[in-house]
Amino acid sequence: MGVASYIKDGEDIKEVILESGISIKPVYGPEDIKDLKYKADINDPGEYPFTRGIHKFMYRKTPYTMRQYSGFGTPKETNERFKFLISQGQTGLNVAFDLPTQMGLDSNDPLAEGDVGRVGMAVDSLRDFEEAFKDIPLDRIGSGLTINAVASIMLAMYQVVAEKYGYSPDIISATPQNDILKEMVGRGMWIFPVEPSIRLIGDTIEYSAKYLPRTNPVSVCGYHIRESGATPAQEIAYAFEIASTYIDHVLQRGLNIDDFVHRFSFNLDIYGNFFEQIAKFRAARKMWAKLIKEKYGAKNPRSLWFRMLAGGGGGGLTKEQPEVNIVRSAYYAMVSALSGTQTMALCSYDEAYTIPTPKAALISLRTMQLLLEEVGVRDTVDPLAGSYYVEWLTMEMEKKIREEMKRVEDVGGMAHAVENGYVQREVAKQAYLFEKALQEGKKIKIGVNKYVMGEKEAQKVELHEYNSKVAGQQIKKLKEIKRVRDTRTVTQKLKDLEKAAREKRNVMPYLITCIKEYTTVGEMTKVFKEVFGEFKEPSIF
Amino acid sequence: MEKKIRILIAKPGLDGHDRGAKVVAQALRDAGMEIIYTGLHQTVDQIVNVALQEDVDIIGLSILSGAHIPICEKLIKKMKEKGIGEKMVVVGGVIPERDIKKLHDIGIKGVFPNGSSFDTIITFLRDSIKG
Repeated sequence: MGVASYIKDGEDIKEVILESGISIKPVYGPEDIKDLKYKADINDPGEYPFTRGIHKFMYRKTPYTMRQYSGFGTPKETNERFKFLISQGQTGLNVAFDLPTQMGLDSNDPLAEGDVGRVGMAVDSLRDFEEAFKDIPLDRIGSGLTINAVASIMLAMYQVVAEKYGYSPDIISATPQNDILKEMVGRGMWIFPVEPSIRLIGDTIEYSAKYLPRTNPVSVCGYHIRESGATPAQEIAYAFEIASTYIDHVLQRGLNIDDFVHRFSFNLDIYGNFFEQIAKFRAARKMWAKLIKEKYGAKNPRSLWFRMLAGGGGGGLTKEQPEVNIVRSAYYAMVSALSGTQTMALCSYDEAYTIPTPKAALISLRTMQLLLEEVGVRDTVDPLAGSYYVEWLTMEMEKKIREEMKRVEDVGGMAHAVENGYVQREVAKQAYLFEKALQEGKKIKIGVNKYVMGEKEAQKVELHEYNSKVAGQQIKKLKEIKRVRDTRTVTQKLKDLEKAAREKRNVMPYLITCIKEYTTVGEMTKVFKEVFGEFKEPSIF
Repeated sequence: MEKKIRILIAKPGLDGHDRGAKVVAQALRDAGMEIIYTGLHQTVDQIVNVALQEDVDIIGLSILSGAHIPICEKLIKKMKEKGIGEKMVVVGGVIPERDIKKLHDIGIKGVFPNGSSFDTIITFLRDSIKG
């Protein structure tokens, strides 16, 4: 596979190899795409296989939603940030949780010390959701919930809080990330072993198919796999293999593919070579439609839609000359817009240092708005279609993605590949090769290994201050809740949950009854840990 | 033959971003060092225990959550309690410049914010162990 590189002969570039391992010629022409059939391989937007986009009119009718990742400290502070972003024209929320919450630990757990409210908001019980979503129009604003291992708990909590505020389950739209296999490959917020983790995801998919029709129970994340080092081709290949694992599991429960797969969405990454990313998204859209139609036999056209959040990634941003990240992110946003995305989000220019400050988050939002409303990228759908280069590259990316998918299938599929560390090893190796190429100057990064400026220049970023009082406030609130709730009922509901988990029944209804009684995230997670055990990382060195 | 440097690469706390830890581990291994990687979600106690059991020369922490100061304070305290206070500790990750001096004061020998070159890290470790 190797890494992107430029092989030079004096000043002339002799050979260009993309990260996905594709060698690029200096010029492309009609010969390069002579085998391409318009109807079969590309077709009009909104028509199978959707290479050009899942909707006929794309952004003219359905502009991409803009979702900046936010949430920190207490749920109250998070609520204020949400309201600010909505007042500034943001059309969806993307909720960040602190690490203890992501790991299913209450704020008073000794392991949570120092991390409460640090990288997202702390959630211990329903009380926190009541504060975070107060006065948010949940019928109009969808919420991405960046949570995985305990996504089932948070989805249940979202339903409970919505109902409490008068929004019925059929009109609310939650998008829990809920992709545990990618957590095991990168990002690391896993708790339970592979098999029960997949079953929990199955529970949320099955439950949503029945009761939460506008909810997207799974957002398959190539994003974090790429951020961990995977090439763009691996990013898509692994995401597809992960999605197939979840699909296969749910099909075993007797659901039909058309009952649920139309609510799958993908969270994907943008950094690196401009055209390689665009070709990656076009190829992915086509391959997904074919996979769902040909392998799984879906009948509903909506099942074939590859709905994505294509977001500007932190992996491309630098701590050196941070203001330059504003420009980088603007290019990433352009890639996203030119790739037919449904949702956009951008890492902010200060993210190599800190949780984004309000100013940095606002610049990201404005970047996405500017692209949509000022410079005309929404005027016509997939404007790069027909470009000799882009169409050729889309075909090549498809081949590379297929090769990577086959490698995973050859080791027994994604669940197995994650259990034995195959994917983790591949990704770590790729990350190392990439870093080496950077340090050896084989790959250029402005401000890092070219046009380098003094140390001082890099340090002009304002830092988000961690409020160490958050932990105390959360713990106090938790104590109050434990005092006023009905302990006997809580204990009984937890027993019911445990029984359901042991009997491999769908745990969602049991979580909902627990949550209504203000059972804590830590208490519910503890039950799961007792029943399921914990994931053990495979050794990769 | 020169003795191989044994280094424990550890991910303390809940943060799961291990790209940097794994990249540096591979670079150090290619530079001829012996790597022991703890994996994610390690408590300070667990790290100190592994350092004791594996008799490593160096403990290298990778921290990206912003909690580097409290974690390092705890680790150094625990190491002293367990009688390995003299072992060298280095830390890498998202470390703002203003915290580097604080970390040195706590007792962290080397601080390598993201973007530090392999050469810088390897040279530092070799020189420190020799010295």
